[in-house]
Amino acid sequence: MSIDQNTAARVAKLARIKVEQDALPALATEFNTILGFIEQLNEVDVDGVEPMTSVTPQRLKRRPDVVTDGDQQAKVLSNAPDAREGFFAVPKVVE
Amino acid sequence: MSKLNELGLAGARDALRKGETSAVELTQACLTAIDAAGELNTFVHKTPEIALERAAAADERIKAGDAPAMCGLPIGIKDLFCTKGVPSQAGSRILQGFLPEYESTVSQNLANAGAVMLGKLNMDEFAMGSSNETSTYGNAISPWRRDDDDAALTPGGSSGGSAAAVAADLCLAATGTDTGGSIRQPAAFTGTVGIKPTYGRCSRWGIVAFASSLDQAGPMTKSVRDAAIMLHAMCGHDPLDSTSADLPVPDFEAMLTGDIKGKKIGIPREYRMDGMPAEIEKLWADGTDMLRDAGAEIVDISLPHTKYALPAYYVIAPAEASSNLARYDGVRYGHRATLAQGDGITEMYEKTRAEGFGPEVQRRVMIGTYVLSAGFYDAYYNRARRVRTLIKKDFEDVFAQGVDAILTPATPSAAFDLGEMTDADPVQMYLNDVFTVTVNLAGLPGISVPAGLDKQGLPLGLQLIGRPWEEGDLLNTAYALESAAGFVAKPRKWW
Repeated sequence: MSIDQNTAARVAKLARIKVEQDALPALATEFNTILGFIEQLNEVDVDGVEPMTSVTPQRLKRRPDVVTDGDQQAKVLSNAPDAREGFFAVPKVVE
Repeated sequence: MSKLNELGLAGARDALRKGETSAVELTQACLTAIDAAGELNTFVHKTPEIALERAAAADERIKAGDAPAMCGLPIGIKDLFCTKGVPSQAGSRILQGFLPEYESTVSQNLANAGAVMLGKLNMDEFAMGSSNETSTYGNAISPWRRDDDDAALTPGGSSGGSAAAVAADLCLAATGTDTGGSIRQPAAFTGTVGIKPTYGRCSRWGIVAFASSLDQAGPMTKSVRDAAIMLHAMCGHDPLDSTSADLPVPDFEAMLTGDIKGKKIGIPREYRMDGMPAEIEKLWADGTDMLRDAGAEIVDISLPHTKYALPAYYVIAPAEASSNLARYDGVRYGHRATLAQGDGITEMYEKTRAEGFGPEVQRRVMIGTYVLSAGFYDAYYNRARRVRTLIKKDFEDVFAQGVDAILTPATPSAAFDLGEMTDADPVQMYLNDVFTVTVNLAGLPGISVPAGLDKQGLPLGLQLIGRPWEEGDLLNTAYALESAAGFVAKPRKWW
């Protein structure tokens, strides 16, 4: 599998990272180096092997479905780059 | 007595209890050492007020006969841990200005045990790196230099600031985190001890997430005994982390008898890599002899899927990172890019993340995005998770044969020059973790113990891998190895 510049641009877009046009060739080359390394995994016979979901055999704990937290608006907003009137402020999303 | 900041945790604890010194004096000795070591670039956010306040409180408790395990002991905290009201940036520009409203469980546990926080320690950005060169704060520098030159060396990564600070006696110990070797590799490079416990031993709550199925916190210390003391203070069940283990935490220090008679130590043949430096080979053989001389039974073992651990890791870790790091969107915390007229929300995300993330983080987020994208999910991500199952099974098989611990080198080389890997492709840097990454994939405890110096005078470490949840037994084997190796070298002071 070889990644071309168009694929690199598409991945950057999916990851929501702006990559300038002139940086795409180098990025594609790096991807190919890393993916080339990863391709070794194709040598392994994984037939009938379950993909790991949890490294320790444990059942996730459960708790009653009740409200345990809340009323922390000021704390939640304290680190926002732009907070107004009790909300996170962002550029216009809906026309 | 040696200088106060040169003490380890156990030595300082005993001195405090005997009234030979005070927590305030210890803390001041560390703060003075930190201020004189700016060149090492280890402490990136200093918290002297918090430190002196906690030290004074610790002295009161000691006086009152109410001293918990780490009462009055000054330590550093890796920047990856959220600390209330204190900058916690994970070494990244994207978290510039972030002041957490909460405290991570591990740093809170340490505070509850009486430990004194001196400040936050440099690290690779989001813990992605093996040399501390991806940090937004610039490189942390190792206090070690080769005998015959003054080249600046890496302290390793990602917990490079932690390792360098402990090795340079700027603090008695420090926290680290380990996703693929980020505690054990820097410990090996700096002649310090670092243990990554079993996955689930330490709560991950409040630790900035990199790859959640692999991340574990652990102590970085000057001795195995200190590691036992500090790990005990860090561990414990936490309802805020659903993967935190609800198991009793034994008194690890009490388990340090040094008696390993009859223990079965496995030597995995797959860890003998082509082109392995003769010095590493010899260190490993020497370590094997030491454990044998201490009464352990040495057995050759096979971990057949070892070769595939790094490639599996470089699918799974970036995949999880791409998901975890999606939260850095310029909306809720940290950096937001200045927008141009007419920029919408997509431009805000894209510009913020391009400015806020460094090149290595961007690379891994994009690789992760790719391996999780439609059409490649099965071929990459699911295949890697299947291989991970096989890697874990390799270990289960040898443990089922009665093996108590596994001895390997900690790293494929001694510390390298800062800048040496700049022009290498990313995979060359990834190879640093070749001996450590299997342990994260299998969720096992692993410890790096300083075992010798190379011919240029740089420290080398050996790694011991233990059975799940048996950190106490692992620490005891490490204690026996440490006693036999008798590593006492310290970096000569040049900073």
